[in-house]
Amino acid sequence: MATRRQFLKTSALGLGGISIGLSAFKYVSDFTGLQQNAADLTVNLTRTPTYCEICFWKCAGWVYKKEDGSIWKITGNEEDQHSNGRFCPRGTGGVGMYTDKDRLKTPLIRTGERGKHEFREASWEEALDMVADNMKKLSSQYGPECVALLNHGSGGKYFSDLLKAFGSTNIAAPSYAQCRGPREVAFVNTFGELIESPERTDIRDSKCLVLIGSHIGENMHNGQVQEVSDAIDKGVSIITVDPRFSVVASKSKFWLPIKPATDLALLLSWIHVLINEGWYDKDYVEKNTYGLDLLKEHVKTMTPEWAYGITTIKPDVIRETAKEMFNASPAVIIHPGRHVTWYGDDTQRLRAVAILNALLGSWGRRGGFYNPAVASVPNYPHPPFPTPSRTWRDAFPGQFNLADETLASGLCDATIPAPTRSCSFKAWLVSGTNLINTLPDQAKTLEAIKSLEFIAVIDTMPMEITSWADVILPECTYLERYDTLRVSPHRKPAIALRMPAMEPKDNTKSAYWIAREIASRLGLLEYFPFEKLEDYLDWQLKQIGSSLEEMQKIGVKTFEREQDDMYFQPGEQHEFFTPTGKIELYSTSFAEEGFDPMPVYTPHPEPPEGYYRLNYGRAPMHTFSRTSNNPNLNDLMDENALWINPKVAKDWGLKKDQRIWLQNQDGKISNFSIKVRVTERIRWDSVYMVHGFGHATKQLSRTYGKGISDTEMITNVMTDPIMGGTGMRGNFVTFLTEKPEEVAS
Amino acid sequence: MREELITSGRMNPLVDPQLHIWSWEIPFYLFLGGLAAGILFFAGYYVIMGKEKEYPAAIEKTPLIVPFLLLLGLGSLFLDLNHKLFFWRLYTSIRLQSPMSWGAWVLMVITPVSFIWAAIHIKKTFPKLKWPYAWMDELEKFFTSYKKVIAWIMVIYSLILGIYTGILFSAFNARPLWNTSILGPLFLTSGLSTGAALNIITAKSEYERHKFTRIDLMLIGIELFLIIHIFMGFLASTQVQIDAARLFLGGPYTAPFWILVVFFGMILPGLLEILELRNIKIPVLIPATLVLVGGLLFRFIWTFAGESSRWLY
Amino acid sequence: MRYAMAIDTKKCVGCSDCVVACQTENNVPIGYCRDWIVEVVDGTYPQLELEIRSERCNHCDNSPCVRCCPTGASHVEEGGFVLVTHNKCIGCGACIASCPYDARYPHPDGYVDKCTFCMHRVTKGQLPACVATCPTKCMYFGDLDDPNSPVSLVLKNRKHKTLIPEAGTKPQLYYLI
Ligand SMILES: Nc1nc2c(c(=O)[nH]1)N[C@H]1C(S)=C(S)[C@@H](COP(=O)(O)OP(=O)(O)OC[C@H]3O[C@@H](n4cnc5c(=O)[nH]c(N)nc54)[C@H](O)[C@@H]3O)O[C@H]1N2
Ligand SMILES: Nc1nc2c(c(=O)[nH]1)N[C@H]1C(S)=C(S)[C@@H](COP(=O)(O)OP(=O)(O)OC[C@H]3O[C@@H](n4cnc5c(=O)[nH]c(N)nc54)[C@H](O)[C@@H]3O)O[C@H]1N2
Ligand code: SF4
Ligand code: SF4
Ligand code: SF4
Ligand code: SF4
Ligand code: SF4
Ligand SMILES: [Mo]
Repeated sequence: MATRRQFLKTSALGLGGISIGLSAFKYVSDFTGLQQNAADLTVNLTRTPTYCEICFWKCAGWVYKKEDGSIWKITGNEEDQHSNGRFCPRGTGGVGMYTDKDRLKTPLIRTGERGKHEFREASWEEALDMVADNMKKLSSQYGPECVALLNHGSGGKYFSDLLKAFGSTNIAAPSYAQCRGPREVAFVNTFGELIESPERTDIRDSKCLVLIGSHIGENMHNGQVQEVSDAIDKGVSIITVDPRFSVVASKSKFWLPIKPATDLALLLSWIHVLINEGWYDKDYVEKNTYGLDLLKEHVKTMTPEWAYGITTIKPDVIRETAKEMFNASPAVIIHPGRHVTWYGDDTQRLRAVAILNALLGSWGRRGGFYNPAVASVPNYPHPPFPTPSRTWRDAFPGQFNLADETLASGLCDATIPAPTRSCSFKAWLVSGTNLINTLPDQAKTLEAIKSLEFIAVIDTMPMEITSWADVILPECTYLERYDTLRVSPHRKPAIALRMPAMEPKDNTKSAYWIAREIASRLGLLEYFPFEKLEDYLDWQLKQIGSSLEEMQKIGVKTFEREQDDMYFQPGEQHEFFTPTGKIELYSTSFAEEGFDPMPVYTPHPEPPEGYYRLNYGRAPMHTFSRTSNNPNLNDLMDENALWINPKVAKDWGLKKDQRIWLQNQDGKISNFSIKVRVTERIRWDSVYMVHGFGHATKQLSRTYGKGISDTEMITNVMTDPIMGGTGMRGNFVTFLTEKPEEVAS
Repeated sequence: MREELITSGRMNPLVDPQLHIWSWEIPFYLFLGGLAAGILFFAGYYVIMGKEKEYPAAIEKTPLIVPFLLLLGLGSLFLDLNHKLFFWRLYTSIRLQSPMSWGAWVLMVITPVSFIWAAIHIKKTFPKLKWPYAWMDELEKFFTSYKKVIAWIMVIYSLILGIYTGILFSAFNARPLWNTSILGPLFLTSGLSTGAALNIITAKSEYERHKFTRIDLMLIGIELFLIIHIFMGFLASTQVQIDAARLFLGGPYTAPFWILVVFFGMILPGLLEILELRNIKIPVLIPATLVLVGGLLFRFIWTFAGESSRWLY
Repeated sequence: MRYAMAIDTKKCVGCSDCVVACQTENNVPIGYCRDWIVEVVDGTYPQLELEIRSERCNHCDNSPCVRCCPTGASHVEEGGFVLVTHNKCIGCGACIASCPYDARYPHPDGYVDKCTFCMHRVTKGQLPACVATCPTKCMYFGDLDDPNSPVSLVLKNRKHKTLIPEAGTKPQLYYLI
């Protein structure tokens, strides 16, 4: 009976079991009165619009309340292109963000050492004064540019305005150098445009979808998952390249179980096949691209046979899949992925992806990449921001010129004092990003934080990052506040409103209020002319023919496109925003910056004997480290497990659910243990875990010490020379079956 | 390798990772029901046969404890209920397809009958006892005159009660170990055997004691036959029932069942009873107690093992 | 009228949104659930198969849970909904033991609870909460007696199976394979 219920209750009945299991005695007191049938639940509802903050897909939906005023449920808004009326599990479970008992409740000021999570309660007055005083003091000493903002999420707008008004433009999110940076640089240097979020992939009409490690379905970006499902209904053929048998691999026509870190060789051989067989969109390529001959010459030797030796993918499979793509073209997508900071040559890998799309003519075509539209919503005029005299780039002379956003990891590096720099960052404002578990190489992050003179953290939960704060400013959750309108690119321009469903709990405040209070203390109120965000929203909405009142009723407003330009028109001569005005198969900007103008495969190190490559990814019911303590979502998955191939488990004598510790190539030992999951879904040279667990903050009562943090094990960072992305998949771990000696942290 | 994973909010040990909805209360209730059935059956039977003189212990003495057994049984059934306030709902409907329902109704009938039986016989054991009110004497007289009728009711209902303790389980198609029609007769036999064992203890005369020893021996024989039959049936059946039988044939319940229930609860007391009949002096308490404890453990083991046996899919 | 559900295992990604949606819609307490996800992996790397199923009460046509209930709390409503009337249920657990799918659980308030096919929504013309939220739209719900209902149509066009048909319960939850 090899089933999940195999576990038998023998303990109560061993040979000595004559003591008739009285411990099993259960008595459930029940004097709660009559129970209602679920059928009687739905009376007198109120619903308010929101857009979800649990990930950055930003689905718009509705928050429903019960008669007693508590939150009942959260569902999608039918009008919304991001959600189409359906939320993902995290969004549906968003109510747990509000109810979590462990939330930050009131401003806190550090009493102990940084990192020790020893704080005293403080009033907002005192906490805000402390932030403003420190900013003023450090600005007079080092200039306002020495203050940096690290931010992820909707509070970003207010704190960015605050910082820019203050005189610093050093503002970064981890969603660039730790996430989608390489693909943006690769695509902007090929097609002259960014991919952005939500991705402009026309998946629902695609006939062939190629996923290079994008584990859609586990990566639960809602609209994207929905479109893949629609495409499956329409018979799309999916080609998944992933060393792990991902969920979407199980739904694919072709699964290419590639050897990790060798994708670029596969991509180049595909390019080789397409060009050599003439399996590309000849009209499109001739008309729109620059550098075909150079490319043809470049990939001449990169045959499927060559790639086979590197990737372990058989030559005939490479040819067959190339043909599959060509047959579908131009309704084919070689998906650019999203979290693509893997091996440090990521921009080049994504360049190869962009080139494949160019050859197949999918950019600007139905079923390929559409041209998104954005609603234009005016901002209330305010005085111009001062021009700073220094920026983060000064810390990296001659480097990362092609990065079009600030590097969070760069800000971190530039905080650690260096003899080559006259001044490093002295203060951080951190909002909505758990840097300790977000940036690779924790030791470096901590070194940076330790060298700061001041750090303030705005968060909703006690997290690793809040332990390191000098002052914690507790924000209310997205269910308790207004925020800026959601204005994202999509097929049609649209806006969405977030409004509070509940009063802010405890002594928490919205980011807008916090930012404005600091601005007021710094004499910068002219940049925050509206006392209340809702007045600002109403002003904005009236400029575009709506109003706050209307949006409170509908939540989402979709507009028609001004032009019929979602796809290229037949015969249209399109001008691309690249130096040559063409799609650059050969990148002139890369050449100018001294990088390979066409991607070149270079091998990456392999795990040493007894070590395994640390692979990580998403679980559909969690977002990074932010949801692991959410009561609803924790209920579904309360710790991560280490996926180990049965052969490896056998070699090590490891059993299912056994707890082990990890040690990486640099001798770093994990803080906590992790449960073994023996599964065929992972290769014998790698192990896999879900990112976001292994929390070290005791205040997270549900999730503290559960599982291992992948970030902790990522000490080797392979920096992308082109745009500074932090490649995180070059780390190797080995197993410790005994609890290691306490190591000083 | 085949791997099966479950994702759910159900971290409820009562259901996952195995169904464990019933703990000690239900098997205890079933044991007491079987024991009461056994006692009442013999009492009624010998009255109908007109053998009141020969079996005073079985007819007059042992049944005195039945009301307590039944109340204790009902009490543990009550403890098992999770929604106790609604206990009365058991008696607002009769559901013939539900063994739980007709078990409750059978108890509803047999409990008062057991009280009456005890009342009309109690003075034999406690001669000094006097009813406080005159009408109670009247009532005693009235019932005594209908003793044969009551005996018939007792015989019929005790057989139903005894079978019910097994059918409650065998009606569950979802639990392959329970789902066998032999369980009714087997639990009935086991109940009768425990009843006989108690009579062996209470019997004063050697005649009566030996009679019940012989009866018990015969019942043990039938039980062993039925047990072998059950396992042969399982092994000749579907994979799920083979898996269910394996719980006892090499599986985790092998030792407790074969050693505690079959050997110490049936074979050993059977051997001792044979010796007793051959007039080798054995304290009667020993085999009789073994039978009683064996019967109790039998219910526990069958309950727990059954809960862990399930369909594969 | 005979309501039924069909779930496409080719599209389900096992995200468990259906579980969370059910918990919030129906106030299922944390730690319990009316529906759950089963993932079965078969084979050896890289020859692998993965079946993912969202499971819940099958609203069986021949429901042992209803038969064994001593109070009539477990009953069948018009349309085939197998339901539990909370204030008739004594919490005896017989129905839990009788369900081959382990679809029922003892609610902490004492009564036994399970999937209702969201009758409170369906009778108002809405889809069950799990069906309405599933991001892959892999769940189909409707009336089998109506040949044009989504569930009838999809069952007509696709290969499907039920779970443990040999248990004889005539389950009304179909898996498209
Ligand atoms: N090792 C490793 N590192 C990674 C990744 C990985 O897979 N593995 N993924 C990378 C990627 S792709 C990304 S995009 C980044 C994401 O990086 P982050 O956005 O930093 O991710 P989280 O861990 O979710 O941290 C979010 C923080 O915001 C807080 N928060 C949540 N809601 C609110 C709110 O409404 N207001 C405020 N003020 N705070 C809030 C949470 O409590 C938490 O502290 O991580 C990157 N880093
Ligand atoms: N549920 C959920 N969904 C999310 C998020 C979340 O936190 N939770 N976060 C969102 C965000 S911000 C992002 S950036 C995205 C990230 O989502 P993706 O862009 O899909 O994420 P990756 O981390 O690149 O992909 C992980 C997959 O890459 C595979 N992989 C590992 N090494 C290699 C390799 O060498 N080659 C190939 N071909 N594959 C490899 C892994 O086996 C795994 O299946 O997810 C988004 N969606
Ligand atoms: S994809 Fe899910 S978590 Fe992300 S915004 Fe949408 S509903 Fe929220
Ligand atoms: S919500 Fe849909 S896709 Fe997700 S697990 Fe449930 S049935 Fe599958
Ligand atoms: S699945 Fe179980 S609970 Fe549901 S009707 Fe069938 S037997 Fe009853
Ligand atoms: S637990 Fe409730 S619904 Fe189930 S059989 Fe007993 S009374 Fe009926
Ligand atoms: S139909 Fe309703 S009650 Fe049943 S699992 Fe779905 S949401 Fe839950
Ligand atoms: Mo990301």
